[in-house]
Amino acid sequence: MAKTELSVTAPGVLRVRRRWRLFQGRRPTLWLGVGIVFVFVFAALFAPFITQYSPEQVDLFHMLAPPGGSHWFGTDELGRDLFTRIIYGARTSLTVSAVAVMIGAIIGVALGLISGYVGGWLDEWLIMRVMDALQAFPFLIFALVLGAVLGGGIFNAEIAIGIGFIPGFVRIARAQVFLQKETEYVQSARIAGAHWSRILLRHILPNIMAPIIVQISLALAGGIVAEAGLSYLGLGVQPPAPSWGTMLKTAQGYLTIAPWLAIFPGVALALAVLGFNYLGDGLSDALNPKG
Amino acid sequence: MLTFITRRILLTIPVLFLISVIVFSLLHLIPGDPARVILGQDATPAALQALRVQLGLTRPLWLQYVLWIGGVFHGNLGNSLQTGLPVAMLIGQALPVTVELAIGTIIVSGLIAIPLGIYAAVHKGRLADLITVFGASIGLSIPPFWLGIMLLLLFTVHFHLFPSSGFVPFFQNPIQNLQSMFLPVVATAVREAAVLLRMMRASLVEVLGADFIRTARAKGIVWRVVVVRHAVRNALVPVLTQSGLQVAGLLGGLVITETIFSLPGFGSLLVNSIFSRDYTIIQGSALVAALLVVGVNLVTDLCYGLIDPRIRMGKGA
Repeated sequence: MAKTELSVTAPGVLRVRRRWRLFQGRRPTLWLGVGIVFVFVFAALFAPFITQYSPEQVDLFHMLAPPGGSHWFGTDELGRDLFTRIIYGARTSLTVSAVAVMIGAIIGVALGLISGYVGGWLDEWLIMRVMDALQAFPFLIFALVLGAVLGGGIFNAEIAIGIGFIPGFVRIARAQVFLQKETEYVQSARIAGAHWSRILLRHILPNIMAPIIVQISLALAGGIVAEAGLSYLGLGVQPPAPSWGTMLKTAQGYLTIAPWLAIFPGVALALAVLGFNYLGDGLSDALNPKG
Repeated sequence: MLTFITRRILLTIPVLFLISVIVFSLLHLIPGDPARVILGQDATPAALQALRVQLGLTRPLWLQYVLWIGGVFHGNLGNSLQTGLPVAMLIGQALPVTVELAIGTIIVSGLIAIPLGIYAAVHKGRLADLITVFGASIGLSIPPFWLGIMLLLLFTVHFHLFPSSGFVPFFQNPIQNLQSMFLPVVATAVREAAVLLRMMRASLVEVLGADFIRTARAKGIVWRVVVVRHAVRNALVPVLTQSGLQVAGLLGGLVITETIFSLPGFGSLLVNSIFSRDYTIIQGSALVAALLVVGVNLVTDLCYGLIDPRIRMGKGA
C-alpha cells in the first residue's frame, strides 16, 4: 500500500506567505523606503547607545565648532553636539508623527467605516460635510490655529496634526467600505444575523487594511514635516528638547558663521520624509498591483 | 448642467456653515477663561471684564454666534485686540503679498513640471524618465522651509544676489519686488512642481495608452503632433483641476515661507497674531483661508464639470 504524505499548512501561514510574496521581486522603491525608515527608527530607539553625548549637554568651550573631530556634525550655539541632537530629534519627530497618525487613523477609520456602512444622511449630510469643512482649512494653518488655541508643546502638536489627518482616513475607509459592503461575504454575514459592529470590525476592516496602511505611511511623512514646521514656528516642541524644526529656526540666525547648523538637520528631515514617501509608494505598488 | 451647478453650490452651504461654527468655536476652545489667557495672570478684574464684553463672551453662546456671523456677512471680522484696527482691513493689506507669492509659485511650478512631466511620460521606462521621477520624489521630500533656508545660505549669504528679507510692492518698484519674491517663490515652487510633475506624467502615460491615440498613430499623424495636439491637451484637464485642489496645501506652505523671508503676507499676519494672542485676527485668518480654499475648490469643480460631461452626469465623481 502506497504511503501518501500530506503536507498540512495552517491558513494563517498561507496568508502570511501569500502576503510576503507581494513584497518580493523588483521593488526598489519599497526596499529603499524600508531601509531609510529602519535607519531612523533604529537611531530613535537606540539613541543613547549610538552617541556618547547628551542632547542637552552644554559645552561653552566648544560653541559653534565646525564638523569634524569628536563632533561629527559640529556643535551648536551652546556647544551641544549636533549629531546627538539630530539623533534625538529623530526620536521626537517620529514619536510626534506616529502619535498624530494614530489619532488620525483611529478616529478617521472608525468614522469612515460608520459613514460608509450606514450611509444616508449621517454619511452625506453630517460626517462627510464635517470632513469637507475640516479639509477646507489648509493643514498647517489648521494645526497652527489649533496649536495657538490649545497652547504649544508636544502633546498639543500631536492633537493638532492628528485632527488634520482625520479627513484623509475617513475618505479612504469610506470608499473601501462602499466597495466591500455589497460583496457576497458581507451579505452572507448580514443574512447570518451578525451585528453591524461585528461585520465592520471582523469582516470589512481586515479587507480594507491595504490602502489604510499605505495612507499611514504617507501620513507619517506628512506628520514629520508638520511637526518640524510647527516647531520652527515655535508652536511644537519647545527648547531645549531636540527637534529638527527648532534646530532649523535657531540655525537661521547663524547662517553666516555656522551653516552646518542648517544643513544637517534639514538633510535628516528630508531623508526621513523621503523614506516614508518611498515606503508609502512602494506599499501602494505592492498591495495594489493593478494601480 | 444647471442641476450640476445647483447641486454643487447646495453642497457648499452646509460646509460653509460648519466652517463658521469651527472658526467661531476657536475662542471657546481656549482652556479656561479666554480673557485671562489673552491678558495674562496679572490682569485686573476690570480689564478682564472689559475684554469679555469686547469679545461678547458675556452674552449667551447662540447670540454670540448670530452676532459674529452677522458681522462676517457685512465684512466685519472684528477688531484686532492689540492694535484695535479692523481685522478685515489687516487681512486685506496682507493678502496681496500672499496672492502674488501663490501666483508666482503656480507659474514657476507649472513651467518646471509640465514640460518635464511630458518628457518623462513620452520616455516612460527609460533613463530620462527614471531620473525625472527620482528628482520629483526628492523635490517632494524637501520641506519648502528648509529649501528656503538653503537658498538664503547660497544666494544671499554666499553670492549676495538676493535680499534676505523685506518686501517692496510690485507697483512701487517692480524690479525690487521680483528680487524679493524670487527666492520665496522658488522655495515653495519646487515641492509644488514635484506634485504636478507626478500628476502630469501619470495622466499623460494613461492618455498615451488610450485607443484614440493608437487610431491617430494608425492614420499616420506624426508622433510629435499626436503627443502635443491630442495627448497633452487631454492629459492636462485632470492635472489642472487636480492642481486647483492643491491650493489648501500651497496656502499652508506659504505661511512658513513668508516667515522665513519676512514677507508681510497673510501667513506672517497669522503667525504674529498667534504670538500676540490676537484671537480675533486668528479667527479672521482661519475663516478667510478656509473660504479661499472652498471658493477655489468650487470654481475648480464647476470648471471640471463644464469641460468633462462625465462629472456633471455624476459618473466621474
